Amino acid sequence: MKYQSFLIKYAEIGIKGKNRHVFEEALVHQIRIALRTCGGRFAVNRTYGRMFVDCLSEYDFEEVTEKLSCVFGIWGICPVRAIDIMPIGELREAVTAFMAEEYPSGDHTFKVKTRRLNKEYPLESLEVNAELGNAVLTAMPRFTVDVHEPEIMMHVEIREKIYLYSHEIPGPGGLPCGVGGKTMLLLSGGIDSPVAGYMVAKRGVRLDAVYFNAPPYTSERALQKVKDLAARVARYTGPICLHNINFTPIQLYIYEKCPHDELTIIMRRYMMRIAEILAKKNDCLGLVTGESIGQVASQTLTALGVTNEVCTLPVFRPLIGFDKEEIVQVSKKIGTFETSILPYEDCCTIFVAKHPVTKPRAEVIRAHEKNLSEKIGDMVAEAISTDEIILIGADSEKILKRREDEA
Amino acid sequence: MAREIYLDNSATTRVFPETADYMRRICLEAYGNPSSMHHKGVEAEKILSEAARTLAGLLKVKPANLVFTSCGTESDNTAIIGGALAARRRGTHLVTTRIEHPAVLESMRFLEKQGFTVTYLPVDRDGIVSPESVHEAVRPDTVLVSVMHTNNEIGSLQPLAEIGRAVKDKNPAALFHTDAVQGFGKDRIFPRQLGVDLLSASGHKIHAPKGIGLLYIADKVRIQPMVLGGGQQRGLRSGTDNVAGAAAMAMSAGRLYQNFDEDIRALRAMKAVFIEEVLKIPEVRINGRTGEDSAPHIISVTVPGVRAEVLLHALEDRGVYLSAGSACASNRPHVSETLKAIGLSSDGTGSTLRVSLSVMNTEEDVREAAAAMADLIPFLRRYTRR
Repeated sequence: MKYQSFLIKYAEIGIKGKNRHVFEEALVHQIRIALRTCGGRFAVNRTYGRMFVDCLSEYDFEEVTEKLSCVFGIWGICPVRAIDIMPIGELREAVTAFMAEEYPSGDHTFKVKTRRLNKEYPLESLEVNAELGNAVLTAMPRFTVDVHEPEIMMHVEIREKIYLYSHEIPGPGGLPCGVGGKTMLLLSGGIDSPVAGYMVAKRGVRLDAVYFNAPPYTSERALQKVKDLAARVARYTGPICLHNINFTPIQLYIYEKCPHDELTIIMRRYMMRIAEILAKKNDCLGLVTGESIGQVASQTLTALGVTNEVCTLPVFRPLIGFDKEEIVQVSKKIGTFETSILPYEDCCTIFVAKHPVTKPRAEVIRAHEKNLSEKIGDMVAEAISTDEIILIGADSEKILKRREDEA
Repeated sequence: MAREIYLDNSATTRVFPETADYMRRICLEAYGNPSSMHHKGVEAEKILSEAARTLAGLLKVKPANLVFTSCGTESDNTAIIGGALAARRRGTHLVTTRIEHPAVLESMRFLEKQGFTVTYLPVDRDGIVSPESVHEAVRPDTVLVSVMHTNNEIGSLQPLAEIGRAVKDKNPAALFHTDAVQGFGKDRIFPRQLGVDLLSASGHKIHAPKGIGLLYIADKVRIQPMVLGGGQQRGLRSGTDNVAGAAAMAMSAGRLYQNFDEDIRALRAMKAVFIEEVLKIPEVRINGRTGEDSAPHIISVTVPGVRAEVLLHALEDRGVYLSAGSACASNRPHVSETLKAIGLSSDGTGSTLRVSLSVMNTEEDVREAAAAMADLIPFLRRYTRR
């Protein structure tokens, strides 16, 4: 075993005052969940205000670090070598060997930083720093010391054992999953909505999701694509409850009764209404969309306002100020991009007008929605009661409720 | 759920139950490697050579002319790339048509990158290439001509015998390849009578499983093998023999040849019924020829005012499975080269479905499918993008 432990660094939780233990316990819990799918035995420990994953058996380094780097709340993961307490002479050799392994080229500036929590160790921290710095320089002359801005910070922690670590694998940051309540994500097959879900979930928020399906205008593969996207996001957020709504009847009804250039905006208003009803039914405290100002006709400031007015729950739009390229960058980072660009039509693009309104007026839209009053209430109720609910994990999928409109 | 009506047999077919049973027995009992020296190997080798004998008999060729591959695509690649590379010193010119399967067209494009030049011949509105245009295109430095037997999208049949004569008349050394993946089992194909040197076929289009293909190589034709290794199949296609696949292909093909004329008549009757019924729907058109001079099992239908994918999914809801354009190309929005080549506009290609039949279908199937279309099309036409 090259590393016996991983030091887990968490930036923000550290400053949460009296709630600190709540956040820390949530983080420990999430780390345990992430490690459950890894081969090997592990223990998660908190000591001296630090969090460690101790490896109790052989394990796959790549697998463990990949899983840990999906846990929100983790800022960095430091692979740690644990060695028994030893006199300084032997420690000099151990640290030199560790540095030689980690940085074979030796062309770096470094600094040794010792924390001596075990006061029985005969040398003080500063003395240990000097000894070990000297040891490395003597054995490997290509290293140079830089105490102000070293490329390598060689950490030595002396406790019941001696812990060595120097490099840090970045984590996703944020807050541990679940400490911030739950929201309902409007998930399409596009690039934006999975990223929006990720951004909100990063702040410790759980996700449910709703997908508006439009058979026969969209295919089974379009639904599969949305499930695949949810599964990618679930690597970070944990299992996502996906509500698959059959939106076709509502869409066709709007098409028949309302002006064509307002179709998209009216459709979106009904999507928001349905999402809100589902959100309230499922204890979600807000809605999440992938909208960004001006990206398409339905996302101008006026259109966003007109869409927004049908909801009472807050609507979170974490991408509101993002350019497309910035959204793409995040989607590549979280692994949703490749799936998002698969060319299956989603329900928003089917009947879209060649020249949709960009500056809809709420009172006009409201007036036109009156054309729908005969049937729309029943249709919305029907769409909600016939939803299919699928629990989507990173590698699993379970139908919680089947579609009821299927004979 | 509605009764399943599978009309996508040019994409793939259901395996005959007796073929599946036979394969299962081979997998569980005669599972030896034909290259092994012991009894298990000999037993498997016998099954393999029996399969080659059966298929050779159906094509009226020698078993030694046949090579088993993994699929029609591999057969096409091997015939075209392997044939062209082996003949390279005689010339670097190739001839094909604009409506070939991607397995042929991509092989041609690969060879273009290797320094070959390719003439792509046009087709008429029925998707047929004229023997005269082939005669004109073949040059002294032409090494290979590839023209498909049956087009996979509109079912047009090519006049292979005349094309074969045209090729040999102009350049006796040029190889003549035909992709008969859609034609094998639907037409009695005898490569030696057609002047064909190389012929590709595939198992899963004739009720055998996916993973087995066939390549006929005429006597004295040299091919650069594409899969190299242990020297199986006379060194022409290495890799452990797919005994169960080969046996299954032979068994299913044999079964199709048992009542051949009767089965083909039945397919033609189903095709005629479907066309008659579907043409009752306003504005619906059939692409290509529809009589005895077309494939008995492929029908290309254009439904103006409805997107093919939408109709496909709506039919799927009624248990009817068919494809939009050509299945191999319909994973992504892609304009069919064949439909373009026969002169369809982009509206037309986006509204074209393919119905493809097999001996496992009945007249009731096609009547129900046509009825479902008649029911759905007027509804779908009400909702189009404006």
